[in-house]
Amino acid sequence: MTGQGAATREVLRLEGITRAFGPVRANDGIDFALAEGEIVALLGENGAGKTTLMNILFGHYAADAGRVTVFGRPLPPGRPGAALAAGVGMVHQHFTLADHLTVAENIVLGTVSLWRPGLGLAAAAARIATLARDFGLAVDPAARVGGLSVGERQRVEILKALYRDARILILDEPTAVLTPQESEALFATLRRMVARGLSIIFISHKLKEVLAVADRVVVLRQGRVAGAMATAGTDRARLAELMVGAALPEARIAPAAAPGPAILRLAAVSTAPAGAGPGLAGVDLVLRAGTITAIAGVSGNGQAALAALVAGLARPRAGRLVLDGAEPASWGPRQALAAGIGRIPEDRHREGAVADFDLVENAILERYPALTRAGLLSWRAARRWAGRIIAAYDVRTPSAALPARLLSGGNLQKLILGRVLEAGPRIILACQPSRGLDVGATAFVHGRLVAARDGGAAVLLVSEDLDEILGLADAVHVMSRGRLSPAFRRGQASAADLGLWMSGEAFAEEPHAA
Amino acid sequence: MRLEPIARPSAARLFGLPLAALAATLAIGAALVLAAGGAPLAVFGLILEGAAGSRFALLETLNRATPLIFTGLAVAVAFRARLWNIGAEGQLYLGALATAVLGTGALAGWPAAGLLAALARAAAAVGAAALLGPALLKTRLGVDEVVTTLLLNFVILLLVSMLLEGVLKDPRAMGWPQSARLLPEARLPRIVAGLRLHWGFLLALAAALAVWFVEARTAFGYEMRAVGLNARAAAYAGIPVGRVIARTAVLSGGLAALAGFSEVAGLRGNLTLALSPGFGYTGIIVAMLALLHPLGVVLAAVFVAGIFVGADAMSRAAGVPSYIADLLLATALLAMVPALMFTRYRLAWG
Repeated sequence: MTGQGAATREVLRLEGITRAFGPVRANDGIDFALAEGEIVALLGENGAGKTTLMNILFGHYAADAGRVTVFGRPLPPGRPGAALAAGVGMVHQHFTLADHLTVAENIVLGTVSLWRPGLGLAAAAARIATLARDFGLAVDPAARVGGLSVGERQRVEILKALYRDARILILDEPTAVLTPQESEALFATLRRMVARGLSIIFISHKLKEVLAVADRVVVLRQGRVAGAMATAGTDRARLAELMVGAALPEARIAPAAAPGPAILRLAAVSTAPAGAGPGLAGVDLVLRAGTITAIAGVSGNGQAALAALVAGLARPRAGRLVLDGAEPASWGPRQALAAGIGRIPEDRHREGAVADFDLVENAILERYPALTRAGLLSWRAARRWAGRIIAAYDVRTPSAALPARLLSGGNLQKLILGRVLEAGPRIILACQPSRGLDVGATAFVHGRLVAARDGGAAVLLVSEDLDEILGLADAVHVMSRGRLSPAFRRGQASAADLGLWMSGEAFAEEPHAA
Repeated sequence: MRLEPIARPSAARLFGLPLAALAATLAIGAALVLAAGGAPLAVFGLILEGAAGSRFALLETLNRATPLIFTGLAVAVAFRARLWNIGAEGQLYLGALATAVLGTGALAGWPAAGLLAALARAAAAVGAAALLGPALLKTRLGVDEVVTTLLLNFVILLLVSMLLEGVLKDPRAMGWPQSARLLPEARLPRIVAGLRLHWGFLLALAAALAVWFVEARTAFGYEMRAVGLNARAAAYAGIPVGRVIARTAVLSGGLAALAGFSEVAGLRGNLTLALSPGFGYTGIIVAMLALLHPLGVVLAAVFVAGIFVGADAMSRAAGVPSYIADLLLATALLAMVPALMFTRYRLAWG
């Protein structure tokens, strides 16, 4: 697409970028270069290090080691704004626009000195119109942003960067919110940009798009560059394998004994959207006693909807949820708990705990009805229950009367895990159970989940961490756009298979538009 | 700049900061008194004397504290569950209205104990209904209860005014907009014969104890606190958030209405538009000063009532306007709330 080969000028260079968060090396010696007039795709799973790398480029984090050079000049580390001033623009996945302002006002926002009277909107509108025409970004400068479609808003974001004279444009998952037609229009715009000498970094996990639009692709995995190549010489299977890792990690635990009977079954279930992702679209799933069933996938693909359904926070809009062979007459958190479903929520701070409650009050959040007689809560029984969890699940705290907000993430997770497991659940919904935990706490949580499985519970593990899934699960499904892949038994699927399912390309047809 | 929680606040922090807030209140108050042409020390002395300098003064302060305990409890209970009830003033008047309507003859012939219990229940029911509406609008339709409860105050006040000018007007009042006097059996008796303090004060103390018991010992109190502190976690755990808010509204509205019952049946004996000089709004100050704790509400109500009663006496003796009481209260609130917050948090930079 550049047609100029190696002779082109290098506009951006990242060398040896390293950044650790605690024991996790989010970026580990990453080298990356971008030439003038080139589209480079940055490909990787959640947690591969894409976001950290871009945050370092934009000065939100300072790298522990390594340097950034833009147009031949080194960028001072940890200075937000330095990259912008050097001509790097970013279009975020979640737009940063003011709904009640017009397109022109949004674009000008932040570029006009506070001391200048007026915004000079007429001149700005003319310039915006020129930019829009040159790059095929049709949008009315006088329209209010609140009334625009998602695709139009994205064009405003791109115009915002161009208006600030960006020569390097970074797009973070730009097609996640677009229809296929809008995506095509976006690709056309990107090609016009590079034809005029701009350079583009295209962050994505969708293999088909990467191959369609990029000149080169850099694959990140676990904070390192797993591979870099021209798109012309590669294919989807190769990229998927690089993204997921050629050698799948060994399962760290003994496989389940013979799977038990089905306890919970979803038959062609569809739900309303939940969280930032879509709803379920005709999902079939069986949870069996004594097995760990895992849901893999890129975040925001319907995992939140599945978790909400099993946790009792949502009801099927179509299809059937069958518990022990019967459809429950009513469905809510209390009914789910009564049916023996233990729930470990994804957001332990906002859904799993009340920060200003002490550990006793948090330990009984789901159990207090059983500790209540004639309206009176037995605090003595509550303290006994909390004490048992704190002792048995190694919650490190000076006192059970400590507010939960003062616990570390790992200790809070152990408290929640204890709250769930001590109730003796038959089904355990574990959402991102080890996210943000250190190695020790992660091993503890995993060990207890496996022990619960060996005790006959059906575990539904929803995780974005493929290593966690492959290390624990007896069966794996992949979720994409609200759909669920068939189950892969342990050792049945290759990395390339999983990558293809995760990018949504192995599914037979597009889901029905929501 | 952000706030960081403190695991174990030191004693200096726990007691020093509120004392500093009190000192700041007095210092700012002294400046205001000076500006009004008075001598600060003399004025403060007169306020203290007027509020607690004699048996009469002390009982008058407790008398004034009685409706503030009820409205303070009403606000504290509602705020605990993050139900922003700004409508205690209106609920108070509805309680007073129910008392006046039923206590002036509609239930004639009932024995005193039964009649008073019926009046209190009727008042509480009407007040509860007045807050249940906004609470349901909030949980079902997301309507902001600050707006609805605040505006309902004016609706209710105009309704009471209309009734007092019309069907409820006492024909023997020589044209004044006031209701007929309550039956003798419908009056709350005085605690000490000859002094104005009535059984409403003891009822208020009992209400504070009851609210404390509900919050600390019952499952409903636990649910209420959970919903107030983190409604999302409460809902995830299966606590019926909407139902808890509705029940909180019933409790809060009922408590505010009991202030009206107590004022009409205890102090005044009839209903006029001068019944409350803003007890419902002052209840918000009382609840905030008490950090929403039901027993703290009693102390805060006595403190606030003392400043009002003392300022009235001071104004007669020193010639400084009694509005100084409002200024002192506002200053106390503005100083005390951040001081109490900083007993639990510290500022961190960066």
